[in-house]
Amino acid sequence: MKETEISKHTISVLVDNEAGVLARVIGLFSGRGYNIESLTVAEVDAHTHESRITVVTSGTPMVIEQIKAQLSRLVPVHKVNDLTLSGPSVERELALIKVIATGEKRVESLRIADIFKARAVDATNSSFVYEIIGSPEKIDAFIKLMEPLGLSEISRTGVAAISRGTLTM
Amino acid sequence: MAERILNGSEVVLQALADQGVEVVFGYPGGAVLPLYDEIFKQNRIRHVLVRHEQAAVHAAEGYARSTGKVGVVLVTSGPGATNAVTGLTDALMDSIPVVCLTGQVPTHLIGNDAFQEADTTGITRPCTKHNYLVKDPAKLARTMHEAFHVASSGRPGPVVIDLPKDILVGKAPYLEPSQVQHRTYNPVVKGDRGQIEQALEMLASAKKPILYCGGGVINSGEQACKLLAEFTRTTGIPITLTLMGLGAYPASDKQHLGMLGMHGTYEANMAMHDCDVMFAVGARFDDRVTGNLDFFAPGSQKVQIDIDPSSINKNVPVDIGIVGDIGHVLEDMIKIWKAKQYKLDAAALDGWWKEIEGWREKHCLSYKQPKDVIKPQHVIRRVHALTRDRKTYITTDVGQHQMWAAQHFGFEHPYEWMTSGGLGTMGYGMPAALGVQVAHPDATVVCFTGDASIMMNIQECATMTQYRLPIKTVILNNRYMGMVRQWQQLLHGSRYSESYSETLPDFVKLSEAFGFTGMKCENPADLDDAIAKMLEIDGPVILDVAVDDKENCYPMIPSGKPHNEMLLGQETNGNEAIDSDEGMVLV
Ligand SMILES: Cc1ncc(C[n+]2csc(CCOP(=O)(O)OP(=O)(O)O)c2C)c(N)n1
Ligand SMILES: [Mg+2]
Repeated sequence: MKETEISKHTISVLVDNEAGVLARVIGLFSGRGYNIESLTVAEVDAHTHESRITVVTSGTPMVIEQIKAQLSRLVPVHKVNDLTLSGPSVERELALIKVIATGEKRVESLRIADIFKARAVDATNSSFVYEIIGSPEKIDAFIKLMEPLGLSEISRTGVAAISRGTLTM
Repeated sequence: MAERILNGSEVVLQALADQGVEVVFGYPGGAVLPLYDEIFKQNRIRHVLVRHEQAAVHAAEGYARSTGKVGVVLVTSGPGATNAVTGLTDALMDSIPVVCLTGQVPTHLIGNDAFQEADTTGITRPCTKHNYLVKDPAKLARTMHEAFHVASSGRPGPVVIDLPKDILVGKAPYLEPSQVQHRTYNPVVKGDRGQIEQALEMLASAKKPILYCGGGVINSGEQACKLLAEFTRTTGIPITLTLMGLGAYPASDKQHLGMLGMHGTYEANMAMHDCDVMFAVGARFDDRVTGNLDFFAPGSQKVQIDIDPSSINKNVPVDIGIVGDIGHVLEDMIKIWKAKQYKLDAAALDGWWKEIEGWREKHCLSYKQPKDVIKPQHVIRRVHALTRDRKTYITTDVGQHQMWAAQHFGFEHPYEWMTSGGLGTMGYGMPAALGVQVAHPDATVVCFTGDASIMMNIQECATMTQYRLPIKTVILNNRYMGMVRQWQQLLHGSRYSESYSETLPDFVKLSEAFGFTGMKCENPADLDDAIAKMLEIDGPVILDVAVDDKENCYPMIPSGKPHNEMLLGQETNGNEAIDSDEGMVLV
């Protein structure tokens, strides 16, 4: 890859779930001027109190390398894994999407939701809340199609990701 | 093992003692009164009362940098903690191990805008290597020990422990240091052998090699400096040091090219520019060192050795990046170099040295000392000459005087040179000297400062008096913020906006008011006597030396220029304007 080419990377970070750890990670990104396209975090091991942060970022190869080195340097960080480099991985995101419409538009939105395997988790006579799970691209595509059909509000979780196969962090 | 239950303050003091702490630099206040009470009741740990919390951190830095140990600071909540922030940032930038204990309001008041409450962990998160807020008494002892481990291992740095008052007063169990092991933080010290071999092979094939070494060598320790000397002499290649690296290799040695960078020597910068293989050892390619990155050592292959993986490939891509402790890696390098019987091409190396000798002939640091006015460089040289037979430590403030000290005072050993490199903090010099003198009561400690810098922590004169610290403060008084004036002259059409020191105090009277000797020197003929007298006085002295107010610091690589476009200032008497919009936006 060219030195100046910017690419997107999904990075998993295992951290101690202690006060301020998220602020450290976010502060690192803002303080050093790195991008955050999405960031998710939750505890994944109740016994050891470890949380997993998934951050989608972009930069030149040198910047991506810096981001990983800087993350690794944080004291409560256990492991940093670049899922984009370490082999095939699965990325999933959940979105809740509110569409306010009646008549033909309402029906059309249901039809498209069906194609996308989105579920209506709330309904009134004039609205739906769809739940959709998929890759960020799939969700983007769904949102785009909902736009002319009364799209009114979106809530997305950001990406959770994990490597495919037997590979672990 | 049965747990010992103490109160929180006792736990803190016990942990400090078990960590081998001898002295704490601090300043009291409401939130830390329980700790001060505990300090009062014991005599294992000495407390040095500074007069401003920023100075406490700089003193701890001076202590740490001159001993290789961790410096310890104790300040109160709110303003005590915020005053410490500059010092913490300074220690972070220069990788100095410091543990800073800050008081905090009781846990139940945190977040309520209580009196003297500040979000200390929030404020200090970006200016510490790590920080802790202790909310659980059970974690107090562990946190204390962990903080020392984090501050001193890997790439050293400052660590803050925020201590709510109820934690200090309440009961807490004590754990010995040996009972504490960090779960995640265990830096790599041994370098990868395959990479070391590759790097040496690259070096063996070089025609124009150079060693570029920084503060990391000194942080690695005295042994690392010895190994660096052995490696340098074994290979016979030239070596240049950064501002933070001065003393890691003897300045008087013929293989040493002097400091490199913005105010480095002509020979060091030219050799960096023209080298074909560069070994960066414990150095981080700071912009003050590299100049314009697009033209930095254009024809070179690079090896970088650093304990901090994030230093490698940060500004400058390198061909081989070896993560490890400098001492360990150098030891392996020497072993492998000898075992494999590597040799450099003798003829090529000889040619390289001839080229370097040619650059040396410029005598880029030369100056003429006239009869009527004292040249600032001359003051540094004379202090150096007159302290040669003593164990001497030097601290500086920030500005031209700092660069002249770096250029003209030959440092032969590590730990003897304390300066604010990364942050460039005016006000560092005198408090750092306090820390050094506390650590080395019998040594000579000289602080080179400027007429502007000295005012930034002048209150520490009182600390010098109180503890009878015989620090020799030498002001290179040019009645200007000289470095600012120099940039204004070169980059801003000599418009000296706000850089003249309009109302300086009478430093002799000021010294006397604080209870020690003040001296003044204006005549070149009196300089040696003044320095000798200053050194003989058994107590603090401020020597105010009136120096040439027009002198500029050369050589200089203007911001944004490559190494081989250095200004030497000799031909032009320093009257060259730098015509560069690009340079103007850089610092
Ligand atoms: C705390 C702080 N404020 C401002 C600066 C910017 N600065 C760098 S050098 C300098 C002038 C220093 O003047 P002086 O101490 O007299 O030293 P000289 O350059 O004259 O030797 C200033 C203002 C700084 N480095 N640190
Ligand atoms: Mg000055």
